[in-house]
Amino acid sequence: MKSLSRLLAITKKEIRQLRRDRLTFGMIVGIPVLQMLLFGYAINTDVRNLRTAIADQSNTHLSRQFVAELRETQVVDIIEFVDTPAVLDERLRLGEISIGVVIPHDFERRVIDPERPAVHLLVDGSDPTISSVAMQLRNMPIAFDTGKNVRRAHNIEVRPSYNPERRTPVNIIPGLMGVILTLTMMLFTAVAIVRERERGNLELLINTPVSSAELMIGKVIPYVVIGMIQLALILIVGDVLFEVPMRGSVLDLYLASGAFIAANLALGLVISTVATTQFQAMQMTFFVLLPSILLSGFVFPFDGMPRFAQLLGEILPVTHYIRLTRGIMLREAGLIELYPELIALGLFTLVAMTGAALRFTKRLD
Amino acid sequence: MTNDYAIEANGLSKHFGDLKAVSNLDLKVPRGQIYGFLGPNGSGKSTTIRMLCGLLTPTEGTANVLGTLIPGSARNLKPKIGYMTQKFSLFGDMTVMENLQFIAEIYSVRKADRRPRIDELLGKYDLFGQRRQLAGTMSGGQKQRLALACAVLHHPELLLLDEPTSAVDPQSRRDFWANLFRLAEGGTTIMVSTHYMDEAERCHRLAILDRGIKVADGTPQELQSGTGMHIVEVTADDPYRAQEALDCAEHIASVTQLGVRLRVLIPEHFAEPVDLVRQHLDKHGGVTADVRLTTASLEDVFVAVTMSPEERVA
Repeated sequence: MKSLSRLLAITKKEIRQLRRDRLTFGMIVGIPVLQMLLFGYAINTDVRNLRTAIADQSNTHLSRQFVAELRETQVVDIIEFVDTPAVLDERLRLGEISIGVVIPHDFERRVIDPERPAVHLLVDGSDPTISSVAMQLRNMPIAFDTGKNVRRAHNIEVRPSYNPERRTPVNIIPGLMGVILTLTMMLFTAVAIVRERERGNLELLINTPVSSAELMIGKVIPYVVIGMIQLALILIVGDVLFEVPMRGSVLDLYLASGAFIAANLALGLVISTVATTQFQAMQMTFFVLLPSILLSGFVFPFDGMPRFAQLLGEILPVTHYIRLTRGIMLREAGLIELYPELIALGLFTLVAMTGAALRFTKRLD
Repeated sequence: MTNDYAIEANGLSKHFGDLKAVSNLDLKVPRGQIYGFLGPNGSGKSTTIRMLCGLLTPTEGTANVLGTLIPGSARNLKPKIGYMTQKFSLFGDMTVMENLQFIAEIYSVRKADRRPRIDELLGKYDLFGQRRQLAGTMSGGQKQRLALACAVLHHPELLLLDEPTSAVDPQSRRDFWANLFRLAEGGTTIMVSTHYMDEAERCHRLAILDRGIKVADGTPQELQSGTGMHIVEVTADDPYRAQEALDCAEHIASVTQLGVRLRVLIPEHFAEPVDLVRQHLDKHGGVTADVRLTTASLEDVFVAVTMSPEERVA
């Protein structure tokens, strides 16, 4: 009973201080919303509207039809028709266009000749994304190989499941939730404790009857609530601005998030027992944050990473959380079906909490 | 194990790597007294206080603090002690009232008692006008009064104060000591570290620490009469030349300048200390000065006990 009231006294104090700290309070709301807007609109792996110029030396019915189909893909944005391939080279060099399309005089004959390419694509290879898109475009002229079955390209159209419109935000936002929660939960917890040590408050607190567990849990409770608020914000912004679907159960998502938040708070506590200044705490947070972005499957497909990177990724809580959120939100998976990820999160929390409790003693030496 | 001592320490030591912060310290602090800890910065005062409240584990030795054995779990000790850190350690972004409420909750003061106790302390420590002010924006003296109010809120048997007056003006220091006497009269044992001589003089008993070693302890009177030195005061027109004449002179243990006066310490076994000083002054081209024997101040005690053995026999 006394223990609970001491714990609540710590929580009350933490909320009180948090309310006075306008900047931190602003960050609680600001970080998720701003990041969502930034990432949601800026990260776009679905390349469209590449500036393109065309040198149509054939200028026949078939070549014009080809140009029309090229335009329909929306991958290219045809801004200019030029006379010679040399002009295309010049435009590319100056960076005015990303792709140049050369349609030779004998286009109609080349289309039925499997030995010779029907169309030349000149590509700005300095941007890896653009060249990979151009590689996809390369497959288009093959559709002309019979000369008659021109429309066959449309028959083998690829329709990706779960995100048929191939909108990036749908893929990005479930992962972004993990990254944002990692950043705020870990940083807030670590800094909240280290700041107290820096200001000398800790020396006073550990001389009171407050136990280590009461102190840690009491300090962490407000941040659990904050994490849940941030999650709600992300879901609302995701729904309103980016129309990210919520196919599974919201309760499942919140339960998964609870496990994930616990893992991050535990990690924050570990950091707080190691760092002696707020600056150190911040550096350590970013040390964890970078791999959380790069190795978790958030940016690069997890299966495509080298074995070693995958192993590192498996250690990070966010990797498992992203699998959970993508599963629940996009594939309508149930929490029970995704239990290995939950076990991984629980294991991580257990190990981190043990480490933090061992390191944090009510002593100064 | 009840006895007359609030603190009994035997051979307490604390080493940080090669640094011996405290060596083989024996202490007996009687209940209900103000016990002073006098020593320069780095003499081990804070380390000792931290060991006594369980913040640091002694490298060697043991202590019995209010019946709790150190080293050991200090959990039962915490509710019985009040601790005031050297640096202000309350929450600067909370008001005076909020800080007091927080401390009351942490010490599990009964809900019904909280308000009256806080009001009592606000009155006693003259903080009523500041009760809604953020603690971080108060003056040094106000912060210190708040820290004391928080340290005594739960009626501790033992108060440990680590250089409580190092950041306040002389008037605040006087008021602070008046408060300490009131607490001691109420039965609280107080251990206070300081490097101010005038504060040390007010303690019932004190121990002098030098580089982690206790070099003397007793009541201020005992210490002043037990220096083993004659104290000769020299008032010269030219104190600088007088000091030159005496500084490295034979049989003189130490010379300290206080304004125009010099305090000269001479080992007790010399029968005629005044004549000895006169002879040295004459030898040095006849410095005119008023020379007379006087009683030891605590400063003299401090100088005498922190001397090396060679200086001591002079």
